Formats: sequence, C-alpha cells, structure tokens
Amino acid sequence: MAETSLPATPESAAAAAPRGRAYNARTLPGFATVAICAFVIIYAPIIILVVFSFNAGTTLAIWEGFSLRWYAQAAANEQVQGAAIRSLYLAGSAATIATVAATMAALATTRTRRFPGRTMIYALINQPLMVPEIVTAVALLIVFAWVKVATGHNSMIYLIAAHTAFCIPFAYLPIRARLETMDMTLEVAASDLYASKKQVFTKITLPLLMPGIIAGYMLAFVISLDDVVITEFVKSAGQDTLPTYMLGQLRRVVTPEVNAISTVILLAGAILVSLFFWFSRGRE
Amino acid sequence: MSDATASPTAPGELEAEALRQDHRTRWLMSLPAIAIILCAAAGPLMVMVVYSFLAPGDYGNVKWEFSTEGWVSVLLQRDIFDGTLAWADAHLSIFWRSLSLSLITTVVTLLIGVPTAWFIATRPDGKREFWLFLITVPFWTNLLVRTIAIQELIRAEGVINLILLKIGLIQEPIQMMFTNFAIGFGMSYVYLPLMVLPVYAAVEKLDFRLVEAAHDLYASRWKAFRLIILPLIKPGVIAGSILVFIPSLGAYVTPRVLGGGKNLMFGNLIELQFGQGRNWPLGAALSLTLMVAVMIALIFYVRATSRETHNG
Amino acid sequence: MDMSTPVSEAAEAQVAIDVDRVSKIFPGEDAVRALDDVSVGIRRNEFFTLLGPSGCGKTTLLRIIAGFEPPTMGALRLDGTDISRLAPDQRPINTVFQNYALFPHMSVARNIGFGLEMLGKPKREVNETVDRMLKLVQMEALKSRKTSALSGGQQQRVALARALAPHPRVLLLDEPLSALDLKLRKEMQIELKRLQSETGITFIFVTHDQEEALTMSDRIAVMRDGRILQIGSPRDIYQRPAERFVANFIGESNFLDATLSAGHVTLKAGGGAFAVTAPPGVADGPVSVLVRPEHAAVRAGSPAGDELPATIRNVVYSGDATTIHLELGSGELFKAKMSNSTGGGATLPSQGEPAVVTIAPGAVTVLKD
Repeated sequence: MAETSLPATPESAAAAAPRGRAYNARTLPGFATVAICAFVIIYAPIIILVVFSFNAGTTLAIWEGFSLRWYAQAAANEQVQGAAIRSLYLAGSAATIATVAATMAALATTRTRRFPGRTMIYALINQPLMVPEIVTAVALLIVFAWVKVATGHNSMIYLIAAHTAFCIPFAYLPIRARLETMDMTLEVAASDLYASKKQVFTKITLPLLMPGIIAGYMLAFVISLDDVVITEFVKSAGQDTLPTYMLGQLRRVVTPEVNAISTVILLAGAILVSLFFWFSRGRE
Repeated sequence: MSDATASPTAPGELEAEALRQDHRTRWLMSLPAIAIILCAAAGPLMVMVVYSFLAPGDYGNVKWEFSTEGWVSVLLQRDIFDGTLAWADAHLSIFWRSLSLSLITTVVTLLIGVPTAWFIATRPDGKREFWLFLITVPFWTNLLVRTIAIQELIRAEGVINLILLKIGLIQEPIQMMFTNFAIGFGMSYVYLPLMVLPVYAAVEKLDFRLVEAAHDLYASRWKAFRLIILPLIKPGVIAGSILVFIPSLGAYVTPRVLGGGKNLMFGNLIELQFGQGRNWPLGAALSLTLMVAVMIALIFYVRATSRETHNG
Repeated sequence: MDMSTPVSEAAEAQVAIDVDRVSKIFPGEDAVRALDDVSVGIRRNEFFTLLGPSGCGKTTLLRIIAGFEPPTMGALRLDGTDISRLAPDQRPINTVFQNYALFPHMSVARNIGFGLEMLGKPKREVNETVDRMLKLVQMEALKSRKTSALSGGQQQRVALARALAPHPRVLLLDEPLSALDLKLRKEMQIELKRLQSETGITFIFVTHDQEEALTMSDRIAVMRDGRILQIGSPRDIYQRPAERFVANFIGESNFLDATLSAGHVTLKAGGGAFAVTAPPGVADGPVSVLVRPEHAAVRAGSPAGDELPATIRNVVYSGDATTIHLELGSGELFKAKMSNSTGGGATLPSQGEPAVVTIAPGAVTVLKD
C-alpha cells in the first residue's frame, strides 16, 4: 500500500486534473480547438462562395456591393434553364424508379432467415457503392455507345437507367434500416385480427415503413442531383445537367454566375438533407 | 382416435410449401432492382473486361480482335521503332501521385477528423445532434460545388491570396491552383466527413469509465489516449481511413478541377483513354486495375468493421 | 406414454381446441424438435394454461394454434373442424402478444376496432363494440390516445380489448403479464379471470410463472422439451405431480429416497410407513417420493411414533413463514416451512441442535421417475 500512496512522478501528477478546470474524462487537450477549426474550414469556403454569388461586380474576390444580377443572368440563360429542368427530371425519374425497386427489394431481403441467393442479392444491390464512379462511368460509356449506335436511340433513357442503378443502394439503405427496426409482431397481430395479406401491407407495413421510404427517396434524389462523373460520360450532346454544365463552364472564364447556380444547388441539397434527417428520425 | 389422426397433412408439407412460396416471392420482388443494376452497373463492368482484351480502334472504340496490349500498356510502353518494352514512366508517376495524394489525404483527414469526431461525440445529449448535422450536411452537398468553393479560395485572385497580399505577407499571388497541393487540399476538404462519421460512431460507443479508470491508475491524458482510447476506437479509425482512401484513389472531379491538365490522377488517366488517348482497351484495363485496388481496400474495410461488431 | 387424460363422451363434445399428435421441427442445420407428438384437448370456456420453462415449446404450440406457424406433423381442430391449413386471418382465434404488438400509428380506439374493421363489420357496430370493450377493460378515458403514450398496464388492457373485440372462440395469451411489475401483475391476474368468466371465451394462457398458473387456471399442462408431462387441475398438479420435474417446477419440494411395498412407503430417513397411491407403472421397490415443505412440522425433542430424527442446519425467517433447513438421520437434506401465525417458529431449537420432523398424513407422493 505504501508504494501507491501519492503520485510521485510529474506525469502522474498531471493526470490529476488540468489546472483551473474540473476534471472531465471526455475532454482531451486541443481537440475542441481542432474541431472548431474543422467546422470553420468546412463552412468558410461555402459561405464565401454564397456571399460572392451576390456580388455586383464581375470578379470573384472583390466585393462591389449587393446584387442579384448573377441570379438573373443564370435564370435568363437558356442553357442553364434546360440543364436545371433536365437535372430535376432526371433526379425525379431516377429517384422514383429506384425507390420503388429498392422498397420491393428491401421487403424481400429483410426479416427472413438466410435463403438461397440472398447474399447475391445483397451484393448486387450494393455493387454500385463498391466500384469507383469513374470505372462505372467508362463501363457505361462503352456499353451505351454500342447500344446508341445499334438502336439509333438517343433519349434520356440512358441517363435515367444509369442514375437509377446507382440510386438504388442509397434508397435501399434507410428503407432496410427502417424495416429491420420494425416490430414484426405488428403484422402478425394484424393477420390475427383478420387482416388479409393485402390489408396487412396497406394498413400496417406501408404506413410504418413510410418514413423510411421518404428518406430513401430524398437520398436518391440528392445523389442523382449531385452526380457529375457518370452523367458526364453517359450524356449525349445537348443532355447537360446542372453539374455537367458547370463543369464545362469551369474551363472558361469563371463568373459569379457559377456561384449563383452553386448557391441554388446548395440550398436545394440542404433542404433535402434536412428533410431526410426529419423523416429518418421521425418516429412520432 | 387413430382414424382422425390419419393426418390430413403429410409431415412438413405445409412448411415446405410455404417456404418455397416465400423464396419465390422474395426473388420476384428483388428482380426489378437486380435487373436495373445488372443493365446499368454490374453488366457493363463485365463488358469492360471483354473490351480490355481487344485492340484499340483508330478513332476510339475497339477493333474486334484479341489483344493483351491494353493490359501490357498499363505498366509498360512499347517503343514505336523497335517494339521493345520499357516502363511507362508517365503512368507510373500518375499512379504514384494517386497513391501518395490519397495517403496524404487520409492522414490529413485523420488528424483533423479524430478530434472533430471526439468533439461531437462528447457534446451533451441535446446538442450532439446539431453538430452531427453540421458535419453531415456537407457530406450530402454537391461535390462539384464544394470543389468550386475551394477553387475560389485558392485561385491566384482568390480570397487567400487577396488577404495575404493585403497584409503584405506576399508581393505576388502564390500559384496554388493546378498543383498537387490543390488536389490534396481539395480532397481532404471534400472527404473529411467520411472520416468523421465512422470515428464518431466508435467514440460514441466508448465507455468513458475506462478513461476514468486509466486516470485513476495514474495515466496521463496522452497515455490514456494512446493506451486506452485509441485501441478502443481503432476499428472506427480504420474504417474512416479506408472510406477516405477509396474515393481519393478513384477521384475524378476534384483533380480535374483543381489539378488541371498536368496533374493527373488515376481517374483522369482513365478518362484520357476515352478522350484524346483513344485507347479504349487501355482505359478498360486501367479501370479494372483501379477496381481491383479499391476491392482490396474494401476487404480491409469489411475486416475492420466486422471486428468492430465482434468487439462491440 | 399416454398423457392425455381419458375423456368421456360428454367431455369430448366440449372440446374447443383439439391438438392431435402435433410435432414441430424447425428446419436448419441444428433441426430442433420444438414440439414432440403433443396431444391435448382444450375444453370450451376453460382457462387453460401451458406452463413450462423457456424453450419447452409452449409458445410454439400457441403459435401453431394461432396459425403463425404450420405444424410439421399432426392435426389441429377447432370445434371438430380441421383448421391446420387456415391462415391466421381465417381463424376465429385471437392473440394477446407478449409485447402487446399495438399498432403505433393508430389510436387506442382504432387498435381495438381493427379486427372488426378487417372483418368488414359496419362502422356503427365497430364503434359500439369498441366502446363496450373500452368499458370492459376500464379504459374509456383513453379512447383517442396514441398507444405509445400509454403505460405498460394500459397497453396490456388495450391489447386484451383488441383481441376480445371480434369475440373469438378462443383467446390466446402469450405471457401477457411478464412485462408488468408485481403489483400490477397480481391485479391483472384477477382481471383476466374476471374477463374470462364474463365473456365465456376459451382462454389459452402461456406462462413460465408457476404461481400465475396455479392462481388463474382451470387446468394446467406442464411442458418440457417439446412434450406435455402432465395435464390436470392446479390442485392435481401441485399435490400429485407425476414426475420429479413437475414437482420441482411447481412449488418447493423435498425429494426423499423410500421403498414402496403394497401401497405403503417407508422413508430411508425412518418415521414409519405412509399410505400412498402409487402412479400406474411404478412397481414395488426403491422409489423417490415428494414431501412439500409446508406439510412438515418441526419441534425440539426426541422422535416418537412416525416422527423423523433430524439436526437443524439453518433457520430462515421470511415474514409470514419460517423455513427450517434440516439434515435427516439418513443424511438427506430437508426443508420444512411453518407458518408464523401459528407461532411455530418461536419455540424452535437453534442451529446444530437435534429436532424432530413430523410429516402430515397423505403428504407423501410417489414420483414416477
């Protein structure tokens, strides 16, 4: 006992408590500072981008007063209009198809014992997440180039197919998570109370699953809206989306118009993500 | 009694039929998702394997004859005159840039991400969600937009140079765009949330009484961190590192915008073969090489995360 | 072994649920035989309890009756009609689930009305029944609450009302009281008994709590390892358990070595011969007998007549009673439980001292194993 009497070394004395502050196992020296800096670094560039989208001048660095001219210019730009509509149309179609397919797949692959082929279905559904986008993009370029020549068909269908494919795993995740936390006895209880299979699904399963489905849809929508790489390689001439249009613009002189479009995209994304949080947590 | 027990159902018949029916339904319901992914993701990857063994066409695309030249060209180049093979230095330097910048990005995000994750996880219950939300929002915001934001920051006429010039620290703007630094900085910026989230999950599960126990047994803060905290959150740290490393290795947008035409990374080299390079088989072979590299990293990821669930 | 009690013609006509040689094997590598050739007839308007430790197959049997699991072998009849092939929603049988399984997105009233709604009953009838049920379980005030805002006991009542609302022919209850605290549990035991007699519905109740089973049931089936060991009234099961397992599972027990000969047993520990009715299949010779602790009395002094010599090991006071742990002359350990109201505990000899044990006449039961 005598040996462990009092902290003798300076090292162990330091462990007692940092001077002037109450002991707390949860604080580590310097960590909070780094973290605050990290948040500043994360948000500062975005804020600067947003601020300069309201710049009256043509430069990106010198503030010349508040103006909405770049928003007006972007809104009047027919290319931007087309790209914006195309982006929304693409994200809407891909997210819708992906959510329906993902919901069915999630219902099929959860809440069951292992069945033949389940691992394969899992692997396939998650496959788009595991391959770098650029690899999928060039693979699609190869195949779709061939199909386009063979069929002479050049519509948005290729983009919709490609987007749907990589949206499926994102839609699948929250739906599956929701299903797995759902109490299976509720459905059993409903069938015990004379609900047919169809009634069990429409009255119990679907309403309880809805937050997951909406969250999955939001996620798929955002992912599709944000995609650059696959769109860049799959699109035919005149099928620019907002991100690929901006990527093209970056090669030329950059004006605050890009900032204005970016700000709108940021805003749309932030709203969707907030909604996603709302729905994925929304139990009550 | 025995007449009645001449059982109306053969042994196990009901169960077996129900099970068969169940599996059939489950497969049918998975079919749309599987079909779409096979057509527009997994299938094309298979086709690409075939293309990597064909000869390049004169104006892009391929000629339908067997050739291993695409795979050979990944690492080697053939002399135009005597046909001898030598190391493809251009490719090797691009591979090296990809690998080193990915590793640097991983280390940078690690150094910033671990304290950030710790900070979020140790907030009081009500406030934690707010900080978590703050780190998640950029994760879901457009990657291109975030890259553009970095570009604005580090351009010759960008905010950083402007400030440095104003305070007289420099006379000439520093050329930061189109350098390896720009790529590393940009990737660290865009992939930071990928590090924070898994580390956060690990720290959140940490039993802080263990840290108190370490301090009780005379460990300094640093020693408690190194000997107790770090080993316990290691699976999360490994998971985060691999989650940052994988997209860095396959990055395309960030190096294209911030690296320019000279500082190519793996992804841009692949693109080149389908653009100016007009060597689709090489592009296919390069793509498959990148895919294999990512798969190897993924195996490590799966191992790290499964160990996490075993320990947890 | 034929455990099903022989039923008379009249009793057979009364059978509501007839479980006929049902077996259940769960598929998989380690195929488990959850039910092994179980037969039981549950009578109309009976409070029938399936009692056993976890994993004994009682819940599996309940789920087969409800239709959530198909039987691997055997037949299931409701009032003489085979229902083994019917889906749960086609059986006039309702279940009260262990975790209640109340629909979280519906109000109390909609939960209770759900079954009738699914049966396509007119709105007015549904509403009337819901109101009646709310009254029956004394929950009128909480009609339009969300179920997640209810306490455990309230959820319990809603679950009961929901299962009773369609007026099923049989009500299945899967350990419905296990999530409640002791006081509430006692209340609900009485409440359940009241509901059963008021509605006249056959109740099949699953529990692992022997006290609950004894308090509420008309008959109890004790299960173990997928088999029914004994079926009988609570009195039968407690006083005349057929096997050591049943005796051990229900109440406290002393197992003693003895010799059976011509309707009498002689304990190895001494104390004369006890008249017994040996269960069928038990031959004369060495047997195992059961003596309940409360059927034995302890006093200081030396043995006389049918009394057993013993040494006191330990005396444990527990409020209403005192339990005395003794070592008998044969070296066997013995527990005696004496009510404190009779003052029996007050004059006890203390630890290590010799004592005398008296076993009440008729308190010795010969076990079958």
